[in-house]
Amino acid sequence: MELLSIDWAFLLEKAILISGIIGVSLLIAMYSTYAERKIAAVIQDRRGPNRAGPFGILQPLADGVKLFMKEEIIPNTSNRLLFIIGPAMAMLTAMMTSAVIPWGSTIEVAGRTVELQIADINIGVLYIFGVVSMGVYGMMIGGWSSNNKFSLMAALRGASQVISYELPMGLSFIALLMLTGSLSMKTIVEQQMDAGMWNVVYQPLGFLIFLICAFAECNRAPFDLPEAESELNMGYHQEYSSMKLGFYLFAEYINMFISSAIIATLYFGGYDMPFVDESTLSPNTAALLGAIALFAKIAFFIFFFMWVRWTIPRFRYDQLMNLGWKKLIPLALVNMVITALVILWLNK
Amino acid sequence: MRLTNRAKPVDRSPMNFMERLYLPAIMKGMGITFSHIFRKKATINYPEQTRPFSPVFRGIQVLNRDEEGRERCTACGLCALACPAEAITMEAAERQPGEENLYREEKYAAKYEINMLRCIFCGFCEEACPKDAIYLSETFAPANYQRKGFIYSKNELLIPNPKTDPEGYAKAKRSNI
Repeated sequence: MELLSIDWAFLLEKAILISGIIGVSLLIAMYSTYAERKIAAVIQDRRGPNRAGPFGILQPLADGVKLFMKEEIIPNTSNRLLFIIGPAMAMLTAMMTSAVIPWGSTIEVAGRTVELQIADINIGVLYIFGVVSMGVYGMMIGGWSSNNKFSLMAALRGASQVISYELPMGLSFIALLMLTGSLSMKTIVEQQMDAGMWNVVYQPLGFLIFLICAFAECNRAPFDLPEAESELNMGYHQEYSSMKLGFYLFAEYINMFISSAIIATLYFGGYDMPFVDESTLSPNTAALLGAIALFAKIAFFIFFFMWVRWTIPRFRYDQLMNLGWKKLIPLALVNMVITALVILWLNK
Repeated sequence: MRLTNRAKPVDRSPMNFMERLYLPAIMKGMGITFSHIFRKKATINYPEQTRPFSPVFRGIQVLNRDEEGRERCTACGLCALACPAEAITMEAAERQPGEENLYREEKYAAKYEINMLRCIFCGFCEEACPKDAIYLSETFAPANYQRKGFIYSKNELLIPNPKTDPEGYAKAKRSNI
């Protein structure tokens, strides 16, 4: 009987956490669109959206309403079911990754210790890689079911890009894995907190490779070939309109948020506050401040993503493949071997 | 042969290692874009703020009145003749007894229309007018949904009467250099 009993408080706690994180992801994705336009504007000496509400903060709502109001077109010759599954798939995979990210340490609510992480699984990073590689299906299905040769070609371009850049990403992570010895995101963060030194100090090259691959995985500039609006016919979502298009665009911003969270967690100490000893604070305060620290790091990386987008021009397709296969993969391998040698030498 | 000293020979030497890394160049570019965040913005908040026009700006036409509020136009048709875009049409009428406070001379324009879609704002009408009756102001024709909305009649063109609406007259005069 003991086995079958259900811990209702546990279910409730996880349900609140899941809905909270989904809400926060959507909110951040929404305001990322606003931030993107504002940052693009200030970098180009313009003002950006400032009409809807004070400083234009209601602009994302206006954009959302516009997308919902637009006519929804499903092409006659498309595969209707797959055409609808495509954007849903992109959104789903974008959301699923957030399950293993630790958003803070534990808090105590009414005598219960609540972990600010949906699932602390011991294969956390593998799970992320698995879900991220599923993300390419959203793009592939969308492009293929549109029954349009331009969409199909763009989807192929996007798929090969994502698959190519997953390799150096995985390789650069192996070097990190040798340091931490664990795949659990929570353990990785706690190790960085205990050591008082973030992983980026030990793995600068690995971090750089990871960062470049994160840009490519998110289809962000300078690797945004799958959605080059004018010169490559807009990419895989050419036939999409209304909120289905909105889902694709939204999924990109959620991916950016999650990538920033992963980079912050793996290389920048996650919810670790620099120069602060967490053990002197009460657990709830420490967890809250830690979560704020994590979100500050995430905000910085989201800004960084946008900053790069408005600085660097887009790669040509052959340059993209050259960089991925001829530069990043050998570099990641070298990084891996050097890390292994150093660890062996230190432990002899 | 060199005409100026500004020509620069193109450096075609192969890139060295640091250049092939691209990272220093990328950092430099990021520095440039970051410094632009704090620059003065080139755009202004348009409807609230406007840029001053130059003193010779030619905007939409205004039909002028004299100090006593009488229309100056005598419908001589010189402006219509001078107009290269043929934007101006008018119909003349004779002033009746008792209308001396409305019209300055014995003849006046009963109908006076300018098609703002034809007008090229050259200012020839202003130059042609012997009675100082037409001026080009510093405002421009606002947007409209229909073509006929751009055919301005006397209602839109006449300056406010200085006797009955001195404020409107003064305001129109200010934008009417």
